[in-house]
Amino acid sequence: MRIAIPVDEKSLETSVCVSFGRASYFLIYDTDSREKVFVDNSAAYSQGGAGIKAAQYIADSGVSALLTPRCGENAAEVIEAAKIKIYKTINDSISDNINAFNEGKLAMLKEIHAGFHGHGGK
Amino acid sequence: MKIAVLSGKGGTGKTMLSVNLAAAAKKSNYIDCDVEEPNGHLFFQPKELVMEGISVKIPYADDNLCNGCRKCMDFCRFNALAYVKDKLIVFEEVCHSCGGCSLLCPERAIFEKDRLIGQVQRGISDNVTVITGILNTGEVSGIPIIKNILNIDGAEKDYTFIDCPPGSSCIVMESIKDADYCILVAEPTLFGVHNFNMVYELVRLFNKPYGAVLNKCLEGENPSEVFCREKGIKILGRIPFDKEIGTLNSNALILARQNKKYKDMFSALLQIVTEEVRHETVTNP
Ligand code: SF4
Ligand code: SF4
Repeated sequence: MRIAIPVDEKSLETSVCVSFGRASYFLIYDTDSREKVFVDNSAAYSQGGAGIKAAQYIADSGVSALLTPRCGENAAEVIEAAKIKIYKTINDSISDNINAFNEGKLAMLKEIHAGFHGHGGK
Repeated sequence: MKIAVLSGKGGTGKTMLSVNLAAAAKKSNYIDCDVEEPNGHLFFQPKELVMEGISVKIPYADDNLCNGCRKCMDFCRFNALAYVKDKLIVFEEVCHSCGGCSLLCPERAIFEKDRLIGQVQRGISDNVTVITGILNTGEVSGIPIIKNILNIDGAEKDYTFIDCPPGSSCIVMESIKDADYCILVAEPTLFGVHNFNMVYELVRLFNKPYGAVLNKCLEGENPSEVFCREKGIKILGRIPFDKEIGTLNSNALILARQNKKYKDMFSALLQIVTEEVRHETVTNP
């Protein structure tokens, strides 16, 4: 099974990014082969709707789960429509979260926040 | 003449000033562009109200026609569209109703429908026609409402006062776009100067003639006044910090309609503003 995690850097020592839509990269991890691939999040620099664009990418990537500390409501709508499960990360360590996921210890992300779709400088 | 009243943040007296100038004029329009929190109507208590719903065009796709080419998504710079499991999802609050996606869809799969985002209330309060834009809560952009309420023929009225939203975001730009003159309201504090500077830069960017009104003036040093002097900003008038003004204003009473003292104060200010606007239109037609 493949899972996605928003991360700050393109390295194995990187930590979980606090934001989903604005994360610089996504780590796509294969729980069977243990293969790790880093992909750019092209949505990170979008002016608006970053969460939607990032979610579209995740939806297209064919992962089965997303591990993230938080997720906006629009992004969650896309990801849920793609039947991808959203789990809440426990800390900012990649390996802790992957281990917890493998052991079935991660909880589903419950609090989906309303977007900050500010228009201009509002 | 169209006169916009601006301030960098709420609570500076922007509404108080626009309401009272409108009330002091013989005949005027008062347009409340602070669509998220319109307060002017609380002062005017307008009668003969007419309401009009304001809606925007929102795209929706016919799933039978859409082939998932995603051209619409690549085009939409607001990322208001997603395509999952053979279905196009439209995020209505994110969409800016540019109409691009429906024009560009090669399959002609995108249609448009109306979505109500707020309303406009028009009414009369003695000498003032009161026009209020009201944005429904949760909506992102009040710009379509601003466009509607500013689209008036001000010619038959001598004065149109535009009470702008606080700040300097694009909704404020939309509000001052057609103004002949901008009045910047400043509070006498350092923080007030910071807010004042925001709108000062905005009106300069838009190349609008402008002047300042200093509100809540006390004895002694006024950082906003110092700022105006340094930048060579014309000070149109000063409104004192006065308990009576505070009380009347917080009871949503119009100072210029309460007693002669204030009526004279705002009439005099209006006179100065009028001369400034005339002067500007002569020198920079
Ligand atoms: S452009 Fe038209 S056909 Fe292509 S994905 Fe969008 S709605 Fe579907
Ligand atoms: S109308 Fe414009 S903003 Fe709205 S979804 Fe279509 S392209 Fe995006």
